Amino acid sequence: MSLVSRGFHRRSSTTTTDRLPPGQYDVGDHFPVLSAGPTPRTPPTAWDFSVRGVVDAPRTWTSEEFRQLPREAISVDIHCVTKWSKFGTRWEGVAVDTLLADVGTQGAHLQAFSDGGYTTNLQLQDVTNGRAWVVDTYDGAPLAPEHGGPARLLVPHLYFWKSAKWVRGLELTRANEPGFWETFGYHDRGDPWLEQRYSGD
Amino acid sequence: MSDPTEERDRRLDGNAAAGVLAEVMTMDPTTAMLTCAHCHSRTALGAHLVYADAPAMVLRCPGCMQVVMRCASDDSGRRLEMTGVQLLSAPPVG
Ligand SMILES: [Zn+2]
Repeated sequence: MSLVSRGFHRRSSTTTTDRLPPGQYDVGDHFPVLSAGPTPRTPPTAWDFSVRGVVDAPRTWTSEEFRQLPREAISVDIHCVTKWSKFGTRWEGVAVDTLLADVGTQGAHLQAFSDGGYTTNLQLQDVTNGRAWVVDTYDGAPLAPEHGGPARLLVPHLYFWKSAKWVRGLELTRANEPGFWETFGYHDRGDPWLEQRYSGD
Repeated sequence: MSDPTEERDRRLDGNAAAGVLAEVMTMDPTTAMLTCAHCHSRTALGAHLVYADAPAMVLRCPGCMQVVMRCASDDSGRRLEMTGVQLLSAPPVG
Protein backbone atom coordinates (compact mmCIF):
# COMPACT_ATOMS: atom_id res chain seq x y z
CA MET A 1 0.00 0.00 0.00
CA SER A 2 2.87 2.40 0.67
CA LEU A 3 3.89 2.28 -2.99
CA VAL A 4 0.39 3.22 -4.08
CA SER A 5 0.20 6.19 -1.76
CA ARG A 6 3.58 7.28 -3.07
CA GLY A 7 1.97 7.53 -6.48
CA PHE A 8 -0.77 9.70 -5.08
CA HIS A 9 1.69 12.05 -3.40
CA ARG A 10 3.77 12.37 -6.54
CA ARG A 11 0.70 13.51 -8.43
CA SER A 12 0.99 16.92 -6.79
CA SER A 13 4.72 17.22 -7.41
CA THR A 14 5.84 20.14 -9.54
CA THR A 15 8.60 18.41 -11.45
CA THR A 16 7.70 16.25 -14.43
CA THR A 17 10.30 13.57 -13.79
CA ASP A 18 8.90 12.87 -10.32
CA ARG A 19 5.47 12.32 -11.85
CA LEU A 20 6.57 9.97 -14.62
CA PRO A 21 6.49 6.24 -13.77
CA PRO A 22 9.34 4.06 -15.12
CA GLY A 23 9.31 3.50 -18.90
CA GLN A 24 6.71 6.22 -19.56
CA TYR A 25 6.93 9.48 -21.56
CA ASP A 26 4.96 12.72 -21.24
CA VAL A 27 2.49 12.94 -24.13
CA GLY A 28 1.89 16.65 -23.50
CA ASP A 29 -1.31 18.12 -24.89
CA HIS A 30 -2.21 15.05 -26.93
CA PHE A 31 -4.74 12.53 -25.73
CA PRO A 32 -4.22 9.34 -27.78
CA VAL A 33 -7.31 7.25 -28.52
CA LEU A 34 -6.72 3.50 -28.32
CA SER A 35 -9.49 1.34 -29.65
CA ALA A 36 -9.90 -2.41 -29.84
CA GLY A 37 -13.18 -2.17 -31.70
CA PRO A 38 -15.88 0.11 -33.04
CA THR A 39 -16.80 3.04 -30.81
CA PRO A 40 -20.15 2.38 -29.08
CA ARG A 41 -22.58 5.28 -29.51
CA THR A 42 -24.99 4.86 -26.60
CA PRO A 43 -27.07 8.05 -26.27
CA PRO A 44 -26.46 9.61 -22.81
CA THR A 45 -30.20 9.42 -22.06
CA ALA A 46 -30.23 5.66 -22.77
CA TRP A 47 -27.16 4.98 -20.61
CA ASP A 48 -27.53 3.43 -17.16
CA PHE A 49 -25.14 2.03 -14.57
CA SER A 50 -25.48 -1.22 -12.62
CA VAL A 51 -23.81 -2.86 -9.65
CA ARG A 52 -24.44 -6.61 -9.64
CA GLY A 53 -22.84 -9.96 -8.85
CA VAL A 54 -22.13 -11.00 -5.27
CA VAL A 55 -23.94 -8.12 -3.59
CA ASP A 56 -26.85 -8.07 -1.13
CA ALA A 57 -28.88 -5.64 -3.21
CA PRO A 58 -28.10 -5.21 -6.94
CA ARG A 59 -28.73 -1.68 -8.11
CA THR A 60 -29.20 0.18 -11.40
CA TRP A 61 -29.16 3.96 -11.78
CA THR A 62 -30.76 5.55 -14.83
CA SER A 63 -28.78 8.41 -16.37
CA GLU A 64 -31.18 10.81 -14.63
CA GLU A 65 -30.65 9.13 -11.24
CA PHE A 66 -26.89 9.04 -11.80
CA ARG A 67 -26.83 12.81 -12.36
CA GLN A 68 -28.45 13.32 -8.93
CA LEU A 69 -25.64 11.50 -7.08
CA PRO A 70 -22.95 13.50 -5.21
CA ARG A 71 -20.31 14.55 -7.73
CA GLU A 72 -16.58 15.10 -7.39
CA ALA A 73 -14.03 16.96 -9.49
CA ILE A 74 -10.81 15.01 -10.06
CA SER A 75 -7.46 16.24 -11.40
CA VAL A 76 -5.00 13.38 -11.93
CA ASP A 77 -2.09 12.08 -13.97
CA ILE A 78 -2.92 9.06 -16.15
CA HIS A 79 -0.57 6.36 -17.44
CA CYS A 80 -1.22 4.13 -20.46
CA VAL A 81 0.48 0.74 -20.76
CA THR A 82 1.52 1.77 -24.30
CA LYS A 83 3.93 4.11 -22.45
CA TRP A 84 2.35 7.54 -22.68
CA SER A 85 1.44 9.49 -19.56
CA LYS A 86 -0.70 12.60 -19.42
CA PHE A 87 -0.48 15.02 -16.50
CA GLY A 88 -3.25 16.98 -14.79
CA THR A 89 -6.28 15.53 -16.59
CA ARG A 90 -9.54 16.97 -15.25
CA TRP A 91 -12.70 14.92 -14.84
CA GLU A 92 -16.01 15.00 -12.99
CA GLY A 93 -18.09 12.12 -11.83
CA VAL A 94 -19.28 9.92 -9.00
CA ALA A 95 -16.94 8.11 -6.60
CA VAL A 96 -17.17 4.31 -6.76
CA ASP A 97 -17.50 4.51 -2.94
CA THR A 98 -20.83 6.27 -3.47
CA LEU A 99 -22.04 3.60 -5.92
CA LEU A 100 -21.06 0.73 -3.61
CA ALA A 101 -22.30 2.37 -0.39
CA ASP A 102 -25.66 0.60 -0.15
CA VAL A 103 -25.31 -2.61 -2.17
CA GLY A 104 -23.54 -4.75 0.44
CA THR A 105 -20.48 -6.08 -1.35
CA GLN A 106 -19.65 -9.76 -0.68
CA GLY A 107 -16.64 -10.22 -2.98
CA ALA A 108 -13.13 -8.81 -2.86
CA HIS A 109 -12.89 -8.61 -6.67
CA LEU A 110 -14.90 -7.11 -9.50
CA GLN A 111 -15.12 -6.81 -13.26
CA ALA A 112 -16.04 -3.54 -14.89
CA PHE A 113 -18.17 -4.21 -17.98
CA SER A 114 -18.78 -1.93 -20.93
CA ASP A 115 -20.78 -1.43 -24.09
CA GLY A 116 -18.97 -3.22 -26.91
CA GLY A 117 -18.09 -6.17 -24.67
CA TYR A 118 -14.98 -4.79 -22.98
CA THR A 119 -14.20 -5.96 -19.44
CA THR A 120 -11.39 -5.40 -16.95
CA ASN A 121 -10.84 -6.91 -13.53
CA LEU A 122 -9.98 -4.98 -10.37
CA GLN A 123 -9.55 -5.64 -6.69
CA LEU A 124 -12.27 -4.01 -4.58
CA GLN A 125 -9.59 -2.24 -2.54
CA ASP A 126 -8.31 -0.54 -5.73
CA VAL A 127 -11.64 1.17 -6.42
CA THR A 128 -12.67 2.17 -2.88
CA ASN A 129 -11.45 4.79 -0.40
CA GLY A 130 -11.47 7.58 -2.96
CA ARG A 131 -9.32 5.85 -5.59
CA ALA A 132 -11.83 5.38 -8.45
CA TRP A 133 -14.72 7.18 -10.09
CA VAL A 134 -17.29 6.83 -12.85
CA VAL A 135 -16.71 10.04 -14.80
CA ASP A 136 -18.91 11.68 -17.44
CA THR A 137 -17.00 14.88 -18.18
CA TYR A 138 -13.46 15.56 -19.35
CA ASP A 139 -11.88 19.02 -19.24
CA GLY A 140 -15.23 20.60 -18.43
CA ALA A 141 -17.20 19.08 -21.33
CA PRO A 142 -19.36 15.95 -21.67
CA LEU A 143 -17.11 12.93 -22.20
CA ALA A 144 -16.76 12.27 -25.95
CA PRO A 145 -17.52 8.75 -27.25
CA GLU A 146 -13.92 8.21 -28.40
CA HIS A 147 -12.75 8.80 -24.82
CA GLY A 148 -15.43 6.49 -23.39
CA GLY A 149 -18.56 8.63 -23.18
CA PRO A 150 -21.26 8.70 -21.97
CA ALA A 151 -19.16 7.54 -18.99
CA ARG A 152 -15.95 5.69 -18.20
CA LEU A 153 -14.30 4.29 -15.13
CA LEU A 154 -11.34 6.32 -13.82
CA VAL A 155 -8.75 4.43 -11.76
CA PRO A 156 -5.77 6.76 -12.16
CA HIS A 157 -3.33 4.88 -9.91
CA LEU A 158 -3.41 1.88 -12.29
CA TYR A 159 -2.58 1.65 -16.01
CA PHE A 160 -5.31 3.26 -18.05
CA TRP A 161 -6.72 0.04 -19.56
CA LYS A 162 -8.26 -0.46 -16.09
CA SER A 163 -10.23 2.78 -16.60
CA ALA A 164 -12.83 1.05 -18.77
CA LYS A 165 -14.38 3.22 -21.49
CA TRP A 166 -18.16 3.07 -22.15
CA VAL A 167 -18.62 1.51 -18.71
CA ARG A 168 -22.08 0.21 -17.83
CA GLY A 169 -21.46 -1.36 -14.47
CA LEU A 170 -19.44 -3.30 -11.94
CA GLU A 171 -19.88 -7.00 -11.29
CA LEU A 172 -18.62 -8.05 -7.85
CA THR A 173 -16.99 -11.50 -7.82
CA ARG A 174 -15.54 -13.75 -5.12
CA ALA A 175 -12.59 -14.82 -7.28
CA ASN A 176 -10.38 -12.78 -9.57
CA GLU A 177 -11.71 -13.14 -13.14
CA PRO A 178 -9.35 -11.70 -15.76
CA GLY A 179 -10.86 -9.25 -18.25
CA PHE A 180 -10.24 -8.41 -21.93
CA TRP A 181 -6.55 -7.45 -21.80
CA GLU A 182 -5.75 -9.51 -18.72
CA THR A 183 -6.69 -12.70 -20.60
CA PHE A 184 -4.17 -11.63 -23.25
CA GLY A 185 -1.30 -11.65 -20.79
CA TYR A 186 -1.60 -8.19 -19.28
CA HIS A 187 -1.06 -7.83 -15.56
CA ASP A 188 -3.96 -8.50 -13.19
CA ARG A 189 -3.31 -5.30 -11.23
CA GLY A 190 -1.31 -2.96 -13.51
CA ASP A 191 0.48 -0.58 -11.13
CA PRO A 192 2.49 1.83 -13.34
CA TRP A 193 4.95 2.65 -10.53
CA LEU A 194 5.84 -1.06 -10.31
CA GLU A 195 5.74 -1.31 -14.13
CA GLN A 196 3.23 -4.17 -13.94
CA ARG A 197 2.54 -4.33 -17.68
CA TYR A 198 2.44 -8.07 -18.31
CA SER A 199 1.55 -11.05 -16.18
CA GLY A 200 4.67 -11.92 -14.22
CA ASP A 201 6.09 -8.36 -14.17
CA MET B 1 2.87 -38.71 -15.58
CA SER B 2 -0.56 -39.96 -14.62
CA ASP B 3 -2.74 -41.57 -17.24
CA PRO B 4 -6.10 -42.63 -15.81
CA THR B 5 -7.06 -44.38 -19.06
CA GLU B 6 -4.12 -46.83 -18.93
CA GLU B 7 -3.64 -46.33 -22.66
CA ARG B 8 -0.05 -45.15 -22.62
CA ASP B 9 0.87 -47.19 -25.65
CA ARG B 10 -1.58 -45.21 -27.80
CA ARG B 11 -0.13 -41.81 -26.92
CA LEU B 12 2.94 -39.77 -27.80
CA ASP B 13 4.37 -36.85 -25.90
CA GLY B 14 3.58 -33.31 -27.01
CA ASN B 15 6.80 -32.90 -28.94
CA ALA B 16 5.46 -35.40 -31.47
CA ALA B 17 3.08 -32.68 -32.67
CA ALA B 18 5.88 -30.18 -33.17
CA GLY B 19 6.50 -31.00 -36.83
CA VAL B 20 2.90 -30.58 -37.95
CA LEU B 21 2.48 -27.54 -35.69
CA ALA B 22 5.58 -25.94 -37.21
CA GLU B 23 4.06 -26.39 -40.68
CA VAL B 24 0.74 -24.96 -39.52
CA MET B 25 2.20 -22.04 -37.61
CA THR B 26 4.55 -20.96 -40.39
CA MET B 27 1.70 -20.72 -42.90
CA ASP B 28 1.48 -17.55 -44.98
CA PRO B 29 -1.23 -15.75 -42.99
CA THR B 30 -2.51 -14.00 -46.12
CA THR B 31 -3.63 -17.39 -47.46
CA ALA B 32 -5.49 -18.33 -44.27
CA MET B 33 -9.23 -18.82 -43.92
CA LEU B 34 -10.79 -18.33 -40.49
CA THR B 35 -14.06 -19.78 -39.26
CA CYS B 36 -15.56 -17.46 -36.62
CA ALA B 37 -16.35 -19.22 -33.33
CA HIS B 38 -19.20 -16.76 -32.70
CA CYS B 39 -21.19 -16.76 -35.98
CA HIS B 40 -19.42 -19.65 -37.80
CA SER B 41 -18.90 -17.67 -41.02
CA ARG B 42 -15.75 -18.58 -42.97
CA THR B 43 -13.72 -15.59 -44.11
CA ALA B 44 -10.27 -14.90 -45.55
CA LEU B 45 -7.85 -13.23 -43.13
CA GLY B 46 -7.68 -10.19 -45.40
CA ALA B 47 -11.41 -9.59 -45.14
CA HIS B 48 -11.25 -9.22 -41.35
CA LEU B 49 -11.28 -5.85 -39.57
CA VAL B 50 -8.11 -5.04 -37.66
CA TYR B 51 -7.97 -2.55 -34.79
CA ALA B 52 -4.27 -1.83 -34.54
CA ASP B 53 -3.98 1.14 -32.17
CA ALA B 54 -4.58 -0.80 -28.96
CA PRO B 55 -2.13 -2.63 -26.67
CA ALA B 56 -2.27 -5.51 -29.22
CA MET B 57 -3.78 -6.10 -32.66
CA VAL B 58 -7.42 -7.06 -32.47
CA LEU B 59 -9.03 -8.88 -35.42
CA ARG B 60 -12.79 -8.78 -35.67
CA CYS B 61 -15.13 -10.86 -37.82
CA PRO B 62 -16.67 -8.80 -40.65
CA GLY B 63 -19.90 -10.76 -40.23
CA CYS B 64 -20.60 -10.32 -36.52
CA MET B 65 -17.90 -7.82 -35.35
CA GLN B 66 -16.89 -10.13 -32.50
CA VAL B 67 -13.20 -10.58 -31.64
CA VAL B 68 -11.74 -13.60 -33.44
CA MET B 69 -8.05 -13.16 -32.69
CA ARG B 70 -5.59 -11.00 -30.80
CA CYS B 71 -1.89 -11.01 -31.58
CA ALA B 72 1.28 -9.21 -30.53
CA SER B 73 5.00 -9.49 -31.06
CA ASP B 74 7.14 -7.18 -28.95
CA ASP B 75 9.87 -7.05 -26.33
CA SER B 76 7.78 -9.17 -23.99
CA GLY B 77 7.39 -12.00 -26.50
CA ARG B 78 4.97 -13.33 -29.11
CA ARG B 79 1.34 -13.88 -28.17
CA LEU B 80 -1.65 -15.24 -30.07
CA GLU B 81 -5.11 -15.59 -28.58
CA MET B 82 -7.71 -17.26 -30.79
CA THR B 83 -10.63 -18.36 -28.64
CA GLY B 84 -12.78 -16.59 -31.24
CA VAL B 85 -11.49 -18.85 -34.02
CA GLN B 86 -13.21 -22.17 -34.56
CA LEU B 87 -10.94 -23.23 -37.41
CA LEU B 88 -7.88 -21.80 -39.11
CA SER B 89 -7.07 -23.38 -42.48
CA ALA B 90 -4.62 -22.83 -45.32
CA PRO B 91 -3.53 -24.57 -48.56
CA PRO B 92 -1.06 -27.51 -48.42
CA VAL B 93 2.64 -26.88 -47.82
CA GLY B 94 4.63 -26.34 -51.04
ZN1 LIG C 1 -18.46 -13.85 -36.70
